[in-house]
Amino acid sequence: MKLLRLSCWLLQGEWRARFVQIIVAVIAIAMGVALGFSIHLINSAALNEFSAANKSLSGQSDMQVYGKHGFFDETVYPKLARYEGVKLANPVLEFTATVSAKLENRNDHQLKILGIDVLRAAGISPDLLGIPAEGRPMDNFADDAIFLSPAAMEWLNLEQGDVLHLNVGLESIALRVAGGLARARAGQRIAVMDIGTAQWRFHYLGVLSRIELKLEPHIHHEAFKEKLTRELGEQFYVSEITDQETRIANMSRAYRINLNMLALVALFTGSFLVFSTQALSIMRRRSQFAFLRVLGYTRRQLLQQILTEGMVLGTIGALLGLVLGYGCAVIAINLLGGNLGSNFFPGIQPSIFINLQDATLFFIIGLSVTVLGAILPAREVVSANQAGALKSGSEDSAMNRTLRSRAALLCLSIGILLTQLPPVYELPIFGYIAIALLLIGGIALMPSLAKLVFTFLQQYVSRYSRNVIILLTVARQANAPNQASIALSGVLASFSLIVAMAVMVLSFRISVDHWLDHVLPADLYVRVADIGMQGGFQLNEQRAINGLPGFVRTDFFRVQNLALNPDRPEITLIARPIDASEPDHTLPLIGDVLKLSQLPEGAMPLWVSEAMVDLYGYAVGEKVRIPVGDTWHEFSVAGVWRDYGRQFGAVQMQLSDYQALTGDFSINSAALWLDVETTMAEAYAALQQLPFSNVLEITQSQQIRESSLAIFDRSFAITYALEIVAVIIGLSGVAASFSAQMLARAKEFGMLRHIGVTQRQITLMLAAEGCFLTLLGVTLGFILGLGISLILIFIVNPQSFHWTMQLHMPWNWLLLISIVMLVSASLTAWLAGRKALAGSVVRTVREDW
Amino acid sequence: MLELRHIHKSYSERYPVLSDISYFLKPGEYVAIMGDSGVGKSTLLNLIAGLDSPDSGEVFVNNTKISALNDQDATLLRRKEFGFIFQSFHILPHLTLHQNVALPLLLNDLPVDRTDVLLTEVGLRGRGNDFPRQLSGGELQRVAIARALVHRPKLVLADEPTGNLDPDTAYGILQLIRREIKKNGASGILVTHSRVAAATADHVLILTKHGLLPAATNTGL
Repeated sequence: MKLLRLSCWLLQGEWRARFVQIIVAVIAIAMGVALGFSIHLINSAALNEFSAANKSLSGQSDMQVYGKHGFFDETVYPKLARYEGVKLANPVLEFTATVSAKLENRNDHQLKILGIDVLRAAGISPDLLGIPAEGRPMDNFADDAIFLSPAAMEWLNLEQGDVLHLNVGLESIALRVAGGLARARAGQRIAVMDIGTAQWRFHYLGVLSRIELKLEPHIHHEAFKEKLTRELGEQFYVSEITDQETRIANMSRAYRINLNMLALVALFTGSFLVFSTQALSIMRRRSQFAFLRVLGYTRRQLLQQILTEGMVLGTIGALLGLVLGYGCAVIAINLLGGNLGSNFFPGIQPSIFINLQDATLFFIIGLSVTVLGAILPAREVVSANQAGALKSGSEDSAMNRTLRSRAALLCLSIGILLTQLPPVYELPIFGYIAIALLLIGGIALMPSLAKLVFTFLQQYVSRYSRNVIILLTVARQANAPNQASIALSGVLASFSLIVAMAVMVLSFRISVDHWLDHVLPADLYVRVADIGMQGGFQLNEQRAINGLPGFVRTDFFRVQNLALNPDRPEITLIARPIDASEPDHTLPLIGDVLKLSQLPEGAMPLWVSEAMVDLYGYAVGEKVRIPVGDTWHEFSVAGVWRDYGRQFGAVQMQLSDYQALTGDFSINSAALWLDVETTMAEAYAALQQLPFSNVLEITQSQQIRESSLAIFDRSFAITYALEIVAVIIGLSGVAASFSAQMLARAKEFGMLRHIGVTQRQITLMLAAEGCFLTLLGVTLGFILGLGISLILIFIVNPQSFHWTMQLHMPWNWLLLISIVMLVSASLTAWLAGRKALAGSVVRTVREDW
Repeated sequence: MLELRHIHKSYSERYPVLSDISYFLKPGEYVAIMGDSGVGKSTLLNLIAGLDSPDSGEVFVNNTKISALNDQDATLLRRKEFGFIFQSFHILPHLTLHQNVALPLLLNDLPVDRTDVLLTEVGLRGRGNDFPRQLSGGELQRVAIARALVHRPKLVLADEPTGNLDPDTAYGILQLIRREIKKNGASGILVTHSRVAAATADHVLILTKHGLLPAATNTGL
């Protein structure tokens, strides 16, 4: 009990003495936890809502049957309805249609439509049933009726009885809004109509998207699934709700994990601030601890005391972080939606819910990071030689054991080796571990590097300079490198994070910019809604477009989705004119390319995106089979192209090959190159002359480029938040380190004042120390950050998202941040010095005052 | 060299620390000041060094009224004319012995050659590149003495310089301080509780609430 009281006294004393530094450390931990927790909350809320929204479409079915390659022939439905063990089978046609009124909004003009058999759906998906107006019960079967969810009605600004115009190819069809749905999730934009009407009006005659099955109660699901899969054959796959949930989670997994990792890196950076605060505090009190040991405090009690300090700090920081994180998540979800600027969870409106388990996990992470920050210096202090610790001047050597260069080099080497390892479950786990090891190794190597640099400087200074301030500044850094390094660790960690983020984001942005140049070579792009599974432009329309005046070239594109593997999202097939002898004129190719002459005789070339190489193992020169039209065909992979638009994979083939294989001459879009003498206004006017101009979606390449870059910037908005957090943490580290040092160095300043060093000279010396340390921190942080950015660019991104990019350096931004950090650190040190010297520092040298 | 004229200093009205202190220290004179704890010895040193100002009275150092100088000028005067030796040595741990001793020379923009001379004089020849952590307490105080005298100050103030040392080492250090002060032509004030230490000075003064009195009239030394 007495010991507990003593422990409380010591704790209170420490808090009184270092209130500001402790608050800064608490804020650093809180910010790290808040960032991680808020990102986690937003992602889980979005994923849960997205998953729930998808599940709501499948209702209470036990299983679903899908075609492996998208839509399938409806003749399988009667077989399944009569299949042994099936209580109820519900056919569904699911597709998206273009809303005429939203045509100008290129990225948000599609409405998901579900065609259902009302009588069947009532037993499986009652939520999807339309609620007709009073006295019109037959609207559920009407051939002009459509039912909208509340979110869809709000988006379209329509009410019951209004008319909704949807485009089908060149035709615009009018449907009457017959009512709402029995139940839909908040933000879920869907429309429901009779399946027969949907097949007929939208040209999906004879096909279905899925068949939902409700099984008899006694049926063993696993055995049933296995038997049905076997009997249906290769064209179908059978899935349960859990399979769908996994698939949905897998789609956004890399994105979510990357964001969480970035948040953890922020927390990790915050931990260095805690480490530096704790380490400096412990070093300052080293003789006090030794005195306690002399008085009879056991090693264990001392360790407990120091760890308790860390735990109190961590508990407050982590709890504050949870509250802040929740607040940030609520604000972010209201401002950015569940996507955080990306487009992984479209059309949902998630709400934030705190799960006790997750909150506990983040609390433990925050607490552990803080305790880890305290444990290293604590271990050193409890095992220190008491006599040595009592002697002043031993503080710096105290850290030798905890910051060993050999261990640092080992960390760095292992980190570099780990970058060579492949992904685990398609995630760059080793890449992240390598980043952590680089940071740890880089920071642990600081004392040796600081000593090396400042010793060299010291030799130079003592030879050529007689400025006592510079001599004192450099000598301190050269001979007390551990203390310097502790002050540096926050700057180093945060600046390396800033460099890594900035280099990665800029490299990505410029690569996307170059890529857009390559993929948007034309001046104008014209698109039209599909007709069922066919493109919206038939031969007549293509001829009309080709005959327009003012254009020098027109390329037609046939784009459709293909399901290669039911466990993965669909890939995109793009058929377009490609000069096989010079494919790099059309495609942003990377690596080896097979020219037409190098292809086997009669082989059809296929150019695949980088994701196809990673996810499906395609390689240049290899023969692959993909389903085009009704059957599978063999192609030769002639090259790999960079695709930032479709992370789940895309392939491109010659339009002529596609048409020869399928007999499908329809196309979805056209790229138009203007004659040099044609203005954009004239080009628009020419297109307006087309008889079907009202259903055309016309976009200038410049608009696509701008909106793509705007989406990019929105997606990476979170990294800017991380950079700001990093700057704050770095500067807090400098402030905390210097104010801690001011207390520890009061006697030094007192002595200097006695021998004739002016207050101004001491504050200048401190500003110079802050400047030198930050300069070194910024320089080393740059090297470390560059290393981390290389891992992000060449390991993490390709392994997570299956795309590569070129390295680009944001020199101006880095220079600006460096100057801001240098000036701020110098000012912080100077202010800390002024504050420390404001008291009667000369008295600190008197022992008998 | 040093003249104190009717110095008064108090930190509260009811308890004055120093009352009507006057003294004239001749060039080359080395005096010891003794007195009970709390009598104001350190306050007196602070006033002499220009680190604090008297409530009334004047302090002259080499005919300069240091008590009237602002902080900047007092610092510059202290830098040039004073040397300090402290009880706790106050040697900067991150500087070598050479660098520690050379500090006053650099501050006064003087050549650093004399550093080695002083280190030799205090018995630390050839150890200029050592760091303070490698030295004993007695050796650290020798470094402090070298630092206090290296720039040839006119006045050396030593505040309990042997308070942290064993008697044998202390005696050696006291002799060294005296020898070096005399050898360098400086004046010196030694503040101490120890009669043995005080005995190494030319004269001993006792600081009491009545003023600075010669030891013979008070202590019988």
